[in-house]
Amino acid sequence: MKQFIAFVNKEFRHILRDNRTLLIIFGIPVVQILLFGFAINMEVQDIRVAIYDPTPDALTTGITERIRQSAYFNYQGNMQSMVDVEVAMRKGKLDLAVVFPQNFRESLVHSGKTAIQLLSDSSDPNRGSISTTYATAVIARFQQEQADLIQIPFQIQTENRMIYNPLMKSSYMFVPGIMGLVMMIICTIMTSVSIVREKERGTMEVLLASPLRLGTMIFAKTIPYMVISFIDFIIILLLSYFVLGVPVNGSLLLLFLVAILYIMLSLSYGLTVSTMVEKQLNAVIFSAITAMIPVLMLSGMIFPIDNMPHLLQALSVIVPARWFIDVVRKVMIQGLGITMVWKEILMLIGMTLFLLGVTIAKTKKRLE
Amino acid sequence: MSEKVIAVSNLTKKFGNFTAVDHITFDVEEGEIFGFLGANGAGKTTAMQMLCGISMPTAGSGTVAGYDIIKENERIKRNIGYMSQKFSLYEDLKVWENIRLFGGIYGLSDKEIAKKTDALLERLNFREERNTMVKYLPLGWKQKLAFSVAIFHEPKIVFLDEPTGGVDPAMRRQFWEMIYEAADQGITVFVTTHYMDEAEYCNRVSIMVDGRIDALDTPAELRHRFNTDSMDEVFRQLARKAKRGDA
Repeated sequence: MKQFIAFVNKEFRHILRDNRTLLIIFGIPVVQILLFGFAINMEVQDIRVAIYDPTPDALTTGITERIRQSAYFNYQGNMQSMVDVEVAMRKGKLDLAVVFPQNFRESLVHSGKTAIQLLSDSSDPNRGSISTTYATAVIARFQQEQADLIQIPFQIQTENRMIYNPLMKSSYMFVPGIMGLVMMIICTIMTSVSIVREKERGTMEVLLASPLRLGTMIFAKTIPYMVISFIDFIIILLLSYFVLGVPVNGSLLLLFLVAILYIMLSLSYGLTVSTMVEKQLNAVIFSAITAMIPVLMLSGMIFPIDNMPHLLQALSVIVPARWFIDVVRKVMIQGLGITMVWKEILMLIGMTLFLLGVTIAKTKKRLE
Repeated sequence: MSEKVIAVSNLTKKFGNFTAVDHITFDVEEGEIFGFLGANGAGKTTAMQMLCGISMPTAGSGTVAGYDIIKENERIKRNIGYMSQKFSLYEDLKVWENIRLFGGIYGLSDKEIAKKTDALLERLNFREERNTMVKYLPLGWKQKLAFSVAIFHEPKIVFLDEPTGGVDPAMRRQFWEMIYEAADQGITVFVTTHYMDEAEYCNRVSIMVDGRIDALDTPAELRHRFNTDSMDEVFRQLARKAKRGDA
């Protein structure tokens, strides 16, 4: 026990004295959350919109008013001619122009149909198509409201209902992803590097020749990283809750247990990596390629798994973060209980046991 | 004749088809300074790892500090000290933290550690460096400290794997003075080295060639047998027969 404490103490000192390590440990989660939360915003907001309405009437002004009130739009004013619209668009001052035809109300009343032109700057196709979708939705809603009053048959009906994410906030998507990523980075890369560093510097030989048991040493080595990644998990949780406003709908206890399980899984993977490489640099590269990139690409953090080709979908099954992110989304955002996530949890437990088994087998072989 | 602290017979280690250590047999007596020589790749490190209980022999038997190297390797580890050629302290820990860590690993009590740390720093004239990060010490000092840490728990035997690599001759002399002091206290010293002048400081030396021990005697006797007046020449004559290249 005394050996164990002496060793854990040493590991904490290594970490606390290395500014780069500290930066990675506490910088990454904060930067990631803020970056994804504010800078890399996948929502479309602040759409600069202008109106061209040659013959204003009750209906056109009503629609204009709705657009002005919408939080997604940033109203730039009424244009005097189509030429003005085009010029402003070309100068990049507008994202969207809503163009009403001549005598909008009259043609609607008489012929029963009319059209509004939506011009969008689609140099960013995603932003372009989302802007028009928002505008269409605003118009459709207005139309529906007016339907009873003036008895016009409505032409377009769009129904958008976003369950779990009514505001279509992308932070709901990536917060679980960042948890998966950060803990993978810290546990896998840091642990493998810290073990391989001892091999590289020759201190491992000294430890092996000492009465310190291998199991004690490995366990003592993982403790600080376990503590730190749990602190990181809490930092991410607090930042997402208070800064990004992501709710915690499910059981906090279940969430913590899943986090601990995932931490142990990542640590086991770090240990596995450390048995396969001899140099710190290789440990970093190997863990980055096998642990970090799959989390980014195949876990569903950024790209939805359902949209992937079948081969990649099949590959994503062995990415631990996929299951972790799934559980966190279900528990944290959807508020589901253990009965809905036990399969994913079993997957995570299975993977942990497998990796630990590989590590023990490899280590034993090395000593023979 | 005093007690034999190392006694091995036909110790062999194979890695696949490659025989790293090939049936070596020798004894080391208590308090002796035993030089373990050989070219790179001759099998010195592998042999030493088997003696330290880090690596299991493929065949052969032996005892170290009175314990069987196959069945009781964990007990051996309690009774030996080890200093690796790569320098074995933690650079980002302070001098006293390194001492405390290894004291703790070898199961010494806090009180013992504190008392012995003071004595050690006093003896090395290191009092002022107590709180210095090891990476800021000059290499020669690091090696002295590493050696002191390796014998901090008063082991029966200390294994030194090329302890003086890369330091100047003056520092090496100082280092050997420390080795003599340790031997005077009854600690057996098992040392590998590349420097033939250091071989002269040993009570007995063994010379490994291609995994076998080709010569084992006092330096004077070896010089006499090979009809030369330098250990360098003895070593050259033996090493010439080696079939393995420098690994």
